Amino acid sequence: MKRKLLSLQLAVLCALSCMSLVSCGKKQKTSSVYFLNFKPESASVYEELAKEYKKEKGVEVKVVTAAANNYEQTLKSEIAKSDAPTIFQVNGPVGYEAWKAYCLDIKDSRIYSYLTDKSLAIKDGDGVYAVPYVVEGYGIIYNDAIMKKYFALPDRKTDISSAEEIDSFDKLKAVAEDMTAKKEALGIKGVFASTSLLSGEDWRWQTHLLNIPLHYEIAEAEPEADHALSLLKAKEISYKYAKGFENVFDLYLNNSVTSKTLLGSKSVADSMAEFALGEAAMVQNGNWAWSQIEGVSGNTVKESDIKMLPIYIGRDGEKGQGICIGTENYFAVNKNATEAQQKASLDFLSWLFSSETGKKYVTEKLKFITPFNTFTENELPNDPLAREISRYMKDSLVENIPWSFTAFPGEAYKKAVGSALLDYAQGDKSWEDVRKTVKESWKSERN
Amino acid sequence: MNKSYKRYFPVFVLPTLAAFLIAFVIPFVLGIYLSFTEFRTVSDAKFVGLSNYITALTADSSFAASLWFTVKFAAVSVVSINVIAFILALMLTRRIPGTRIFRTIFFMPNLIGGIVLGYIWQVIINGVLYPFDYSITSSPTFGYWGLVVLMNWQMIGYMMIIYIAGIQNIPDSITEAALVDGAGPFTKLFKIIIPSVMPAVTICLFLTITNSFKLFDQNLALTAGAPSDRTQMVALDIYNTFYSRIGYEGVGQAKAVIFFAIVAVIALAQLSFTRGKEVEG
Repeated sequence: MKRKLLSLQLAVLCALSCMSLVSCGKKQKTSSVYFLNFKPESASVYEELAKEYKKEKGVEVKVVTAAANNYEQTLKSEIAKSDAPTIFQVNGPVGYEAWKAYCLDIKDSRIYSYLTDKSLAIKDGDGVYAVPYVVEGYGIIYNDAIMKKYFALPDRKTDISSAEEIDSFDKLKAVAEDMTAKKEALGIKGVFASTSLLSGEDWRWQTHLLNIPLHYEIAEAEPEADHALSLLKAKEISYKYAKGFENVFDLYLNNSVTSKTLLGSKSVADSMAEFALGEAAMVQNGNWAWSQIEGVSGNTVKESDIKMLPIYIGRDGEKGQGICIGTENYFAVNKNATEAQQKASLDFLSWLFSSETGKKYVTEKLKFITPFNTFTENELPNDPLAREISRYMKDSLVENIPWSFTAFPGEAYKKAVGSALLDYAQGDKSWEDVRKTVKESWKSERN
Repeated sequence: MNKSYKRYFPVFVLPTLAAFLIAFVIPFVLGIYLSFTEFRTVSDAKFVGLSNYITALTADSSFAASLWFTVKFAAVSVVSINVIAFILALMLTRRIPGTRIFRTIFFMPNLIGGIVLGYIWQVIINGVLYPFDYSITSSPTFGYWGLVVLMNWQMIGYMMIIYIAGIQNIPDSITEAALVDGAGPFTKLFKIIIPSVMPAVTICLFLTITNSFKLFDQNLALTAGAPSDRTQMVALDIYNTFYSRIGYEGVGQAKAVIFFAIVAVIALAQLSFTRGKEVEG
């Protein structure tokens, strides 16, 4: 009898726990706005924004942030759920190709109407499917304090007198090599911070640096066309400015803080730390790196000393070349969300980029330079790199290079190029082999 | 009694059965189905027949390369893990002081997650190689041996515990009888201990073979395939196919199914082989 009672009790317990599981599952309802954030460094800011929005408009915004380098994976699993993201991000035309089945046409939205330059949005036929929300730029960031120290040296071999006078690859090379020769006097370990080639940390080279030769190739072949679009259609590339890429990459390697064979273990954070600690005078990166420089403890770089140079590759007539400015961050709204959700999501986006509160967060906390006309001249983020970007954007004498790499064939291509570069740095491959990889993987990934 | 068990059968079995269905059977069947489709997310699949399998086996050379690397890795680590674990088990079942502490210490690495272990060993190996101007990515050989060492370090403790249990199960009467009959230490080892622990060998071989083949997080954290995917194991190759190429999700899925079949065949063959060697106690 006793045993029977026990088993009965157990059975009831089991049944109850089953039911509670089921009811738990039911309680979860879909959120009205679900924003899948791409930038881990801004995760906490978006959380605050969601609270502000709830306070002002009474609408719940769910923010989920994907871990660094895991956005595609997270999006892929999240979007298949019933509570799918209503706002997500695509990284340009190639990203749009992958996600177009999920992108809503937003040509009548306010967020699109705010765009200063409508050509920046991703269009397909008559529709507008994704809108960029931040403009970023990259070049060679340098520490002017170290540069001044170099230009004050009596025995320097170069004939220019400040870093701003560097306007070609040859001058950059002469300065960098002379600085390496005098690195003890300058108190640095190397001119350039480590060329990070750790797997997943090589995007500064296989994406950003490669952008420049490929941009010039396509710009010369089809001067009138939209460069990103023609690159997107290109089944093959000739890689005619390979030498330019190699010039710069060799310069980075030969004048580096770290010896070539150890670069496979260096991350971007390592090289930004070297720069922040004053061990290196220059590093190739973009304005997003400011938070990294600022965040290094014991950093010795003064805000007023941080400047940016264009990445010259040694092509003819490169005087007047600017830095690389563009975007790979586009918002898209989920086509499969309910109409109410789509409307709520678009409302949230226009609030974010046009209301007082939203704009304050965007400039002060997210530190975005936006492509929207709702922001005035004074509403720019106040960090040294963002100021450098807007200086280049306003300078009518320089020609900035767009981010054509958003049209590169995809992650597998970039990974292949990155691996080839690591092999080159370690001495296992020649430049000839790297060229082959750059061209042939392009061909195989596109076909 | 029997009757009342039957009456409650559904109440006790259904929750587990439901969990088994939801967490294993359904994803497994869905996975096989997806390998015959082209899809972006699991809810928008389009049937394409065998083309994913054809791409995986012909156009994609990385699959064969990573499979070969995995086989080489598994062969070495399965042997080394089991030999070392067995020797440790033999030493730690002697009546010498401190064996309990050593058992605990040897078991501990097994409690650390693979990603953490991978990064720890990356730091250690790079620390050793740095003075010589090398890093773990300098050559695939470093990555290969790094993985073998890492896997040994993690699995030996666990296998050792299983062997210890097996050795302790050998009745004293048998060993004493052997001693009386004049068996030396080697005869004792090969004629008494090893045949008696064959059930443990079966389990340990099964665990080490399947785990070596399926190794993923340690591989991702230690080398992530560098240099040039030459230290990429099959699980990592599948992951990269699935996530870093647009339109290759189905191919990744097809590779996963092929991989499952290979591991299943090897594991079952091993099971039936070692089962045959087990002696009835």
